[in-house]
Amino acid sequence: MNELSKLFLPPEGSTLAHQTDTLFWFVHISGLILTVGLIVVIVYFVIKYHRKSEDEVTPLITHNNTLEITWSVIPLIFVLIVFGWGYKVYMEQQTVPDDAYEVNVTAQQWAWGFDYDNGAHSMKELHVPAGRPVKLVMTSKDVIHSFYVPAFRLKQDVLPNRYTEIWFNAPKPGRYQIFCAEYCGTGHSQMLGTVVVQKPQKFQTWLAKNKGGAAASNLPPAKLGKQIYEQYACSTCHSTDGSKKTGPTWKGLFGSKVQLSNGKTVTADEDYIRESIEKPHAKIVKGFQPVMPSFQGQFSDDQINGIIAYIKTLK
Amino acid sequence: METAEKTSNLKKIQVQRYKPEEDPKDHYLNAMKGIWSWLTTLDHKRIGVLYLCSITFFFFVGGLMALMIRTELWTPTATFIQAHTYNELFTLHGSIMIFLFLVPSVPAALGNFILPVQLGAKDVAFPRLNLLSYYLYITGAAIVICAILSGGVDTGWTFYTPYSIQTSTAVTIMTFGVFVIGFSSILTGVNFITTIHKMRAPGMTWGKISLFSWSLYATSIMQILATPVLAITLALVAMERIMGVGIFDPSLGGDPVLYQHMFWFYSHPAVYIMIVPGFGVVSEVITTFSKKHIFGYWAIALSSLSIAFISFLVWGHHMFVSGQSAMASMVFSFLTFMVGIPTGIKMFNWAATLYKGSIKLESPLLYIFGFFFLFLVGGITGIVLSTVALDVHLHDTYYVVAHFHFVMVGGMVMAFLAGLHYWWPKITGKMYNEKLARFTCGLIFIGFNVTFLPQFVMGAQGMPRRYFNYIEQFQPFHQVSTVGAYMLGLGFFIVFVYLVKSIFTGEKAPANPWGSRGLEFQVPSPVPAHNFEHIPVIVHGPYDYHKPMDEFQLGIAGSGNGHGNTVDATLKTNGKEIKAE
Amino acid sequence: MANHSTATSHADFVQHHFVDAEQQFDSAKMGMWIFLVTEILFFGGLFATYTVFRVMHPDLFAEASKELDVLWGTVNTLVLIGSSLTVAMAIKSAQLNQTRNVAINLCITIVLAFIFLMIKYFNWMHHFSLGIYPGTAYSFTGIDNPHASIFFSLYYLMTGLHGIHVIVGIGIMTWLLVKTLKGEFNSEYYTPLEIGGLYWHLVDIIWIFLYPLFYLIH
Repeated sequence: MNELSKLFLPPEGSTLAHQTDTLFWFVHISGLILTVGLIVVIVYFVIKYHRKSEDEVTPLITHNNTLEITWSVIPLIFVLIVFGWGYKVYMEQQTVPDDAYEVNVTAQQWAWGFDYDNGAHSMKELHVPAGRPVKLVMTSKDVIHSFYVPAFRLKQDVLPNRYTEIWFNAPKPGRYQIFCAEYCGTGHSQMLGTVVVQKPQKFQTWLAKNKGGAAASNLPPAKLGKQIYEQYACSTCHSTDGSKKTGPTWKGLFGSKVQLSNGKTVTADEDYIRESIEKPHAKIVKGFQPVMPSFQGQFSDDQINGIIAYIKTLK
Repeated sequence: METAEKTSNLKKIQVQRYKPEEDPKDHYLNAMKGIWSWLTTLDHKRIGVLYLCSITFFFFVGGLMALMIRTELWTPTATFIQAHTYNELFTLHGSIMIFLFLVPSVPAALGNFILPVQLGAKDVAFPRLNLLSYYLYITGAAIVICAILSGGVDTGWTFYTPYSIQTSTAVTIMTFGVFVIGFSSILTGVNFITTIHKMRAPGMTWGKISLFSWSLYATSIMQILATPVLAITLALVAMERIMGVGIFDPSLGGDPVLYQHMFWFYSHPAVYIMIVPGFGVVSEVITTFSKKHIFGYWAIALSSLSIAFISFLVWGHHMFVSGQSAMASMVFSFLTFMVGIPTGIKMFNWAATLYKGSIKLESPLLYIFGFFFLFLVGGITGIVLSTVALDVHLHDTYYVVAHFHFVMVGGMVMAFLAGLHYWWPKITGKMYNEKLARFTCGLIFIGFNVTFLPQFVMGAQGMPRRYFNYIEQFQPFHQVSTVGAYMLGLGFFIVFVYLVKSIFTGEKAPANPWGSRGLEFQVPSPVPAHNFEHIPVIVHGPYDYHKPMDEFQLGIAGSGNGHGNTVDATLKTNGKEIKAE
Repeated sequence: MANHSTATSHADFVQHHFVDAEQQFDSAKMGMWIFLVTEILFFGGLFATYTVFRVMHPDLFAEASKELDVLWGTVNTLVLIGSSLTVAMAIKSAQLNQTRNVAINLCITIVLAFIFLMIKYFNWMHHFSLGIYPGTAYSFTGIDNPHASIFFSLYYLMTGLHGIHVIVGIGIMTWLLVKTLKGEFNSEYYTPLEIGGLYWHLVDIIWIFLYPLFYLIH
């Protein structure tokens, strides 16, 4: 079964993945047996009872109550078994252990944000300690998203104005893919992330280093800006190599003349960049949709300066 | 002409045999001429043909969108379109295929044509309502086209809030279009239920109506109960977009999960509305091409009704990870397992029908066997998805996309094609190219599997659905799937070509090319304008292959041209029992 | 009631695909009943939505309901019940071949329906003048609850949809009146009156549910 799992399923990244996979294979293999069985019977009938002449007369067989009951009861028993087994696994998936380590998740179009108990914040990468239950308390800033980690066999919709929860225990350090699994607009397929499972020591180190938000502000501004570009997922919509994504490219942006959707032309200076970060809908570039979320209040002046400095380096 | 006397509970009626004319000079296609006679027709057969043409058109429009989607997915990043266009394409592909093709397909196109003939009636109960249904469909379709031309819609066919409230695309117009099409569906349901209750020929008791009729009955019940809820739900979305009423959008005080409950309350029965008529076709074709009585008539008839009933209780299985309570999820999971049982019963009964049959592998039956395998896989994967613990992983992945394409395309479209081929001689009076039909059936079957089997694997590995870009590990699966899609498209196109060609150059069809005992095959091909030139009298069920053919062609003696009768008796066509032997 | 054809052709009013008048009448009634079931499901979605929001905000609903005028709501209820009575009487008159009374009863029905709509119109205008609009246009300050507008949005949506059905009903009654004046109905054939009446009774019943849910919840 492990060979099958390796071929058809993601790696087992959480403590519940194996149980889920066992149930998965039970249902599939039973289904396969039924499918093959029924098809074999039909093929056999088609060959054996091939029409030999047009005057052939078939026997009158209208029904058979015993058979009818048999093939109602046996599938019923099967689905009840699957239901019962599924119930057990589902309850384990739903029951959060008491000592779980809590992380707050905020979904927005189109990025994941994570807030930790010591005030640390990260975008896109969810850092968690290995071998201990982790509980995610999640909410959305705008539309419905869904937090999905295939390796953990876990998924939960993330709703605006509400909190939903999910828990897991990832025993092995490693990096695991996060997807958004509820269609949320243009950038839905770009709303990726990574669960970074770290040995407890390494995790504590990381936590301490990231306390108080993004990287320490003793980085030179352009380097700070580059870090923010990656960590706050600006890269989801803005390229640095000239290619067109959901938003305009940053390459060659600074100082250029930008044509807006209302026909006016403006110069992309420091004010323009700052305004675009805080009030993105004030000016829409021609050929793009007004879909950028606002980052008002999320960045300090130093951080905005860093972004501007970084953009200036992208000629 | 033989004359026989049959005894009834009430009185004796004289019946005689009415052998169907071969190569009739007059029939429904030439009864009236000119395009106006088609556009204002009250003849259920012509209305069926109008629907058939329209749904075929939209099938190819939706299919073209599918090909564009699959072509885009050839590479992990942009191939030839941008994300926004891609999102609009999958929205329209789903909406067009579901609302403009699948929901009307068998009931409105084939059902309209065949149901009255199978019941021994001259038309449906409300012919003018029938024409209105068709024009509502066309109007709704036109509104949907307006939505496409106004910039399209990018919410997915499910229109989940609050995204559908907030997006600037043409959601309001689109929901209005779907609203109108919904009424087309509702009125067809009203018509069919009344027809089945009130318009059956003398002798046709409930135990003698065809299983196709039973399936349309169950479908119509679902249509009338579920579609109005979709209508009001979409109307509320439109109202919220226009006036900001705050029912579904949390920023206005609403609840987005309430939307999901209301939407799926219709949309789950909708999937049974789409498949149950196909089940009806399976019963007809399997019995005809094995020349054998159906095994378990009442099991199959009543399982359609129980599916109709249970289908209203399972909508929450689309919402296992939506934030609904664990208790709700468990209840919906349990009920979903239950709805699989009557479906399974059908499959076993159909297989048992083949036992000791006299099986001829002609194209309609080949399509049915395609249905069998593909629907079985689709159904089993439905059981997988009903298991909450597994759905948590598989929800919103390509596993679900594969599941529903297996049941909808592999199941329903195959059954629809089977029915189309089976009844083609009655509709057009022509036979199509059988060799080409068999080849194309194979091509479609293979193309379908190449397209959708890889999607099960991708989905299990975590590939989410509605993704414009994807991570590189999934590229081989996507590429295989795209190749399959082109094979599938080619197959459907070939079907279209040889069917249309047969209208012009096909061999003239006999009244009963398949040796069926169905009532629709006891009238000429093409069907006469008034279906029957006599009042048919039913003494056997449509699967009584042990009875001689002429006993299926009985009618009131001397009832000549259908208007009134020259027998001194009151006719009640609500199925009073006539003792046959 | 039914026409038993013993001779060659149907009576004029029996459509070609029916065997006799009884089959036509039975089918028409069944068809209309099924359609009414769909209308119940249609409004049902709104009633379900109302239930959800009332369970979420019970005090708000009780307080907001005070803004609705119970007197005129009650008058409207009686007006509609009266119009159902006159429709029933119209059918009875048809059964008794009293064409003039059919016309009179239909007229009264139409007048009562117009009175209902007028009262609703004045109700709505009054609310608009206070700033009670549906959705985001709501500007009334008399209720201290951020969710106050939902009660009124539901009120406008449900009475609005009902009002549309009343307008359609007026159209149907008018059409029936025209046919009556042309002498098309008699004791042998009054099917359109019967099924038009069924529709009208449904419109009445829906109001009878709306009335307490909006006006009588203190």
